[in-house]
Amino acid sequence: MNNNPHPSIEFSLEMMAEVERIKGQFPEGKQKSALLRVLHLAQEEAGGWLNIPVMNQVAKMLGIQPIEVYEVATFYTMYNLEPVGKYVLEVCHTGPCAIEGAERIIGYLEQKLGIGVGHTTPDGMFSLKTVECMGACGYAPMMQVGEFYHEKLSEEKIDRFIEDCKAGKVNVGSWKIDKLAIN
Amino acid sequence: MATRKILLANDHIPGIQTYEVYRRQGGYRSVEKALKNMSPDDVVEEVKRSGLRGRGGAGFPTGMKWSFLAKPEGVPRYLLCNADESEPGTFKDRYLMERIPHLLVEGMICASYALGCRASYIYIRGEYKWIVKILERAIEEAYANGWLGENILGSGYSLDLYVAPGAGAYICGEETALIESLEGKRGNPRIKPPFPALKGLWDCPTVVNNVESICAVAPVINDGAEAYAAVGVGKSTGTKLISACGNINNPGVYEIELGLPVEEFIYSDEYCGGIKNGKQLKAVVPGGSSVPILPAQLILKTANGENRLLTYESLADGGFQSGSMLGSGGFIVYDEDQCIVRNTWNFSRFYHHESCGQCSPCREGTGWMEKVLHRLEHGHGRMQDVDLLVDIASKIEGNTICPLGDAAAWPVASAIRHFRDEFEWHVREPQLSQQRNYGLAGQTLATV
Ligand SMILES: Cc1cc2nc3c(=O)[nH]c(=O)nc-3n(C[C@H](O)[C@H](O)[C@H](O)COP(=O)(O)O)c2cc1C
Ligand code: SF4
Ligand code: FES
Repeated sequence: MNNNPHPSIEFSLEMMAEVERIKGQFPEGKQKSALLRVLHLAQEEAGGWLNIPVMNQVAKMLGIQPIEVYEVATFYTMYNLEPVGKYVLEVCHTGPCAIEGAERIIGYLEQKLGIGVGHTTPDGMFSLKTVECMGACGYAPMMQVGEFYHEKLSEEKIDRFIEDCKAGKVNVGSWKIDKLAIN
Repeated sequence: MATRKILLANDHIPGIQTYEVYRRQGGYRSVEKALKNMSPDDVVEEVKRSGLRGRGGAGFPTGMKWSFLAKPEGVPRYLLCNADESEPGTFKDRYLMERIPHLLVEGMICASYALGCRASYIYIRGEYKWIVKILERAIEEAYANGWLGENILGSGYSLDLYVAPGAGAYICGEETALIESLEGKRGNPRIKPPFPALKGLWDCPTVVNNVESICAVAPVINDGAEAYAAVGVGKSTGTKLISACGNINNPGVYEIELGLPVEEFIYSDEYCGGIKNGKQLKAVVPGGSSVPILPAQLILKTANGENRLLTYESLADGGFQSGSMLGSGGFIVYDEDQCIVRNTWNFSRFYHHESCGQCSPCREGTGWMEKVLHRLEHGHGRMQDVDLLVDIASKIEGNTICPLGDAAAWPVASAIRHFRDEFEWHVREPQLSQQRNYGLAGQTLATV
């Protein structure tokens, strides 16, 4: 875990309202159940990763011990414990995607971005990660960026996607419910 | 013969995602019928008589599972929908939730009524972020139209329904890990007994069911158990969603009547449309990465030469010697160019990554299998490695808290059982296996 000294952050009112809504989904005394979703929200507001001060704030919000938050944050792959880029490219490399060329896609991204898997470009724009089966095996190869899946990837699609990111045209979505991305 | 569609009868109708269109197509009729004309026990009986079996992987009869739920006075009970869908090769629940979210909401209301739940949760993998929103919108619409909340349809029955996202962990699909995760903890499976039916979420009696199982409850109530049971073969009643992927012409999600011959499923244009690029079929993993892999001749016909059918029984025919399992319906097809050693290494890396680490046979064994397979695949293997893998797999199997250990062992054991020559070839011809990087493609037939 990155125990970086930068101070805790001010969560938005919008997020705090969302936290209250989620807490309300569980019976009295079971607010810990809200933890996974609140951590998603906190990570989003904290710039895509969780440091110790932010996790401590989440603990306070739910009335639980900080260690209970660390335990969870270190278990699940969607929580980043180190800084990440603005766009986190998560490419699936499990069997069915591997059959369809996931490794070629990962190699292409490494070369195009000039970084290896697990790293972030120096300008802080892109991080590259590999992930396990995302439930898109029939539309392989695929990657997730923020909220959305990008399926049936090809070199050309990746080129276009990277261009769009650089031009600020890519929507990465949000965990906040009022930003509905459908319809 | 066109398949009878039960779950996906309306999925092509424009706007079926919305409440208005869904309702116009007869949506929520099963809730009206159940709440007005049936007691909770009637609903359980109906589902029992339909023969519906769990669609999450194990195939346990749904109605029977419901009848095991403990009902102590004054203690709440919970229904949890398992929408974790992380088994490699499986992407059918996603299809249901994206296309017809109200079908799941409708099924959840009927099932919760049958079990006497006051609050129910849909636990969904966190990566399906956008589906969380689709479901929450559907639930909101259901509240607004009186299908959820207090005193539904004036029946006196009240229900709240919530969506709870996970955060990336295959193990949270295991029902007790799911419960732990929903309690806001690490997804470490619990030791059973006690079973969730007695002590589940917050130590209250709990039922966990797969998305597809719950969706099937609505048509069972609407059309009756007999109509549902009339579809299918023997103890495999109704329809099943199969998500097909790999080297086929038409990957995607298909609703099939249980009993469809595997050969027809692979080669018919209505389904997979045959092997891509005119290649030959080499092997199939028929039920998600955890079930045994079968070579072409054994997936098309059983060891006794009978047609292999898409049913729980037919796919399992021959046991582990020559059979596999229907599992989650994640149907992965391999053509003649695919390397079984490489695929087995890939899967073992997956299980090692996803092991929660509580039991040493699973935590250590999956790691060793990955390492040994890595060296075989990369041309540094030894002949005794093949038997070493069989030995490790047999020591994991049956010796762990949860079935992930078995799920990690079976793909390795079955790959070696049916493709041993390919593993040995990697040892004998390390250079050649590196260059071509695909087993014995086109040279020999895999041996049984
Ligand atoms: C490691 C592991 C992962 C599992 N993943 C899932 C899953 O993603 N979805 C699911 O429905 N069942 C999954 N299961 C099966 C569940 O434990 C449980 O049997 C199932 O949800 C019961 O629902 P059903 O009776 O309706 O099939 C998994 C089991 C194991 C051991
Ligand atoms: S078998 Fe593996 S995943 Fe299951 S409890 Fe044991 S260590 Fe965890
Ligand atoms: S294997 Fe990549 S999405 Fe399933």
